[in-house]
Amino acid sequence: MKKTEKSYTGWYFLLTVGILYLLIGLFKIEVILPALRFSLKTTRNILPVFLIIFALMVAFNFFISPHKVRKYLGKSSGFTRWLIAVGGGIISTGPIYMWYPMLKELKKEGVQYGFIATFLYNRAIKLPLVPMMVGYFGWKYTVVLAVVMVTISVIQGIIFERIEGGGFL
Amino acid sequence: MDARLKSALTKSARAMSNSLPVLAGVVLLVGLTHTLTPKLFYFSKNAVLDSIIGSGLGSVLAGNPLTSYVLGGELVKQGVSLVAVTSFLVAWVTVGLVQLPAEAIMLGKKFAILRNIFSFAFSIIVAITTVFILELL
Repeated sequence: MKKTEKSYTGWYFLLTVGILYLLIGLFKIEVILPALRFSLKTTRNILPVFLIIFALMVAFNFFISPHKVRKYLGKSSGFTRWLIAVGGGIISTGPIYMWYPMLKELKKEGVQYGFIATFLYNRAIKLPLVPMMVGYFGWKYTVVLAVVMVTISVIQGIIFERIEGGGFL
Repeated sequence: MDARLKSALTKSARAMSNSLPVLAGVVLLVGLTHTLTPKLFYFSKNAVLDSIIGSGLGSVLAGNPLTSYVLGGELVKQGVSLVAVTSFLVAWVTVGLVQLPAEAIMLGKKFAILRNIFSFAFSIIVAITTVFILELL
């Protein structure tokens, strides 16, 4: 996907929502103001967290690079391999498709699909976004969900290793 | 300024600015939905069915996880079950129907399809397990 296409998609979406407001406003004008008021309230709640997320993203982009992740992913084995797949997935930033070329190269170098599946699953856990999740769902929920997801990611990885071992991939 | 820091700042600012119009659209849409429908009707009281619906929605929709948190948080406030919202959040980030063609090209068709099918099924298991553990705590 080209960068420009991605940017425009967001704007098209916003435009569509704007048109939806206009259309609904034509038939039911009384809902527009409460809807905007509610949106403003939601924005006020999100804004401080958005700033924290930006700071965390800068820190992650500063310390972590696909090159570093690749260096550690390729050389690992055994339990460390799962640990690195989990950790690598969690700390990886940016859109998922940015990581496909690196994973493709790792596959060529002999890394198993199970490892790639675990890595991709853990991309769901994003440390910079934790404050937002905590804000909406609380600490307990965030921690439990993260632990369950990490566990499931390794189970998924093992399943893929078996599938690959059986010659189905 | 250090080149690495400058690159990190630019990369982060670009990622955030790219997600801004989507986030603004979602916030406006949430406001509209909240005003028009006090409670979302398509969720039932059945945990398994709700999680399938949540996973289905999360699989089709795509974007920054940030957006899914806003949507999920509002769904909870509107009375949608935590199981459904959790499966929605998990499927949003683990199942990628939009990225499926790219994933298939880069990592193999069989792997991409299987991974997405497994991730869909696991999003339901993750949701039910998470809520079950939370109820125990």
